Amino acid sequence: MADQSSLLQTPLAEKHQSLGAKMVEFGGWLMPVQYSGILQEHQAVRTAAGLFDISHMGEFLIKGPSSEAWLNSVLSNDIRAISPGHGQYTLMPNEAGGVVDDLYIYRLEDQVYLAIVNASEIDKDFAWLQKKLVPNVSLENVSKDYAGLALQGPKAELILYRVFEGEFRRIKRNQLMLSTYKDHPVLVARTGYTGEEGYEFFCPAEIAATLWDHLLAAGAPFGCVPAGLGARDTLRLEACYPLYGHELSQGISPLEAGLSYFVSFDKPERFTGKESLRAQKDAGIPRRSVAFEMSGPSAPPRAQYAVHANGEKIGEVTSGGVSPTLKKNIGLALVASTHAKVGNKIEIEIRDKRYPALIVKKPFYNNIQK
Amino acid sequence: MSNNTPDNLKYAETHEWVLEQNGIATVGITDHAQAELSDVVFVELPAIGKKLAAKSPAAIVESVKAASDIYAPVAGEVVEVNTALSSDPALVNQSPYEQGWIFKLKISDPNELSSLLDAAAYSAKLG
Repeated sequence: MADQSSLLQTPLAEKHQSLGAKMVEFGGWLMPVQYSGILQEHQAVRTAAGLFDISHMGEFLIKGPSSEAWLNSVLSNDIRAISPGHGQYTLMPNEAGGVVDDLYIYRLEDQVYLAIVNASEIDKDFAWLQKKLVPNVSLENVSKDYAGLALQGPKAELILYRVFEGEFRRIKRNQLMLSTYKDHPVLVARTGYTGEEGYEFFCPAEIAATLWDHLLAAGAPFGCVPAGLGARDTLRLEACYPLYGHELSQGISPLEAGLSYFVSFDKPERFTGKESLRAQKDAGIPRRSVAFEMSGPSAPPRAQYAVHANGEKIGEVTSGGVSPTLKKNIGLALVASTHAKVGNKIEIEIRDKRYPALIVKKPFYNNIQK
Repeated sequence: MSNNTPDNLKYAETHEWVLEQNGIATVGITDHAQAELSDVVFVELPAIGKKLAAKSPAAIVESVKAASDIYAPVAGEVVEVNTALSSDPALVNQSPYEQGWIFKLKISDPNELSSLLDAAAYSAKLG
């Protein structure tokens, strides 16, 4: 095992250790990949609930009278579409139309925002945004001050009521509220990365362990278990949520990734990459991210495996594996647009052999009520 | 931590076990290895008749997270593979030393067996 002593640790590191988690490196952090087992944890989230440590994610606080216009100039979605108490998924494009990072941004107050960015991209994102900063906007990296927990699954809400009691009122998908826990402020957002209903909590690092224990204890009678990065990945793959570095990168545009919904060409501000993205849209998007399932028995498809059709290479797998829910081998692939049609037959190259697969409708699984 | 290591087996540093009977080596992965990999979802078996050098890749065990090579602990020719793993790869987790065996080799050089670890040495290596 590689040296783990130089890795960053979350405020819940001791909890993971005492729960017997298997720890791995992820984006510079020492994180639990699994506790009881990926398949078991996956199943618990689909049928009951799972509790994840997401403290490795980065948090930036953005404030100031010009923050709305500035955010609209560096992010692809239209921040004006959300009022205080709401969040949105958005992308931070580069000039070429690729993606610096994908993120969630919550509007806490009219001119106060909290952005949640990928753990491995925190420093890069912060430097990128700092360079683009304008007067009357303040940008602060508060990643160290915040812990993040995600409680996901059909029983999440029941568990939440038991822990927050009167400090919680029902919110809709993508909404958030400022609650309190043991006299500390906690942001509770109805968001997640699993394809299930669920909540994410952002709280001061010093109460993370207490909140973690309380959620687990309150959740145990409902079948809630701690869940690691392994299950987080299989769950998000079934739900077809992109993972930065796989479905999205500096060289893959949001349009190619199928995220046009989160790119607003109509907002008044010019945003980074707008012209490149517009040109790509007008000329025809060259590649598309598609969902596929293997047609017969094969090894699980993995990222970077070649995808073929009619004897020619048409793209690559970006994520793949076993779907514990569907009991099938599934994946996402970035392929030439001409081949990106639901129902098309493709082949996945696994260790020099090609296996038949079928392009299917996205997502493989979704249990979130609209 | 799982590290059941039966005394009647020999072990490779790369976490395969070997049961030698009448010049045939039955090979699988250890309890420790299956626990480390967790949730085995696919096993790629070697072709029967394939001649393998000692320490060369012989099979592939895939867990939810990754694909791992399984090496031939000694040189030999593949004479049988565990086809039950094709439909039930989790046997590698449930029964690593019995139903989860992976392939059998006709041993080329019986002297090579002495280079493998015994149960005590392998256990010590796991710490």
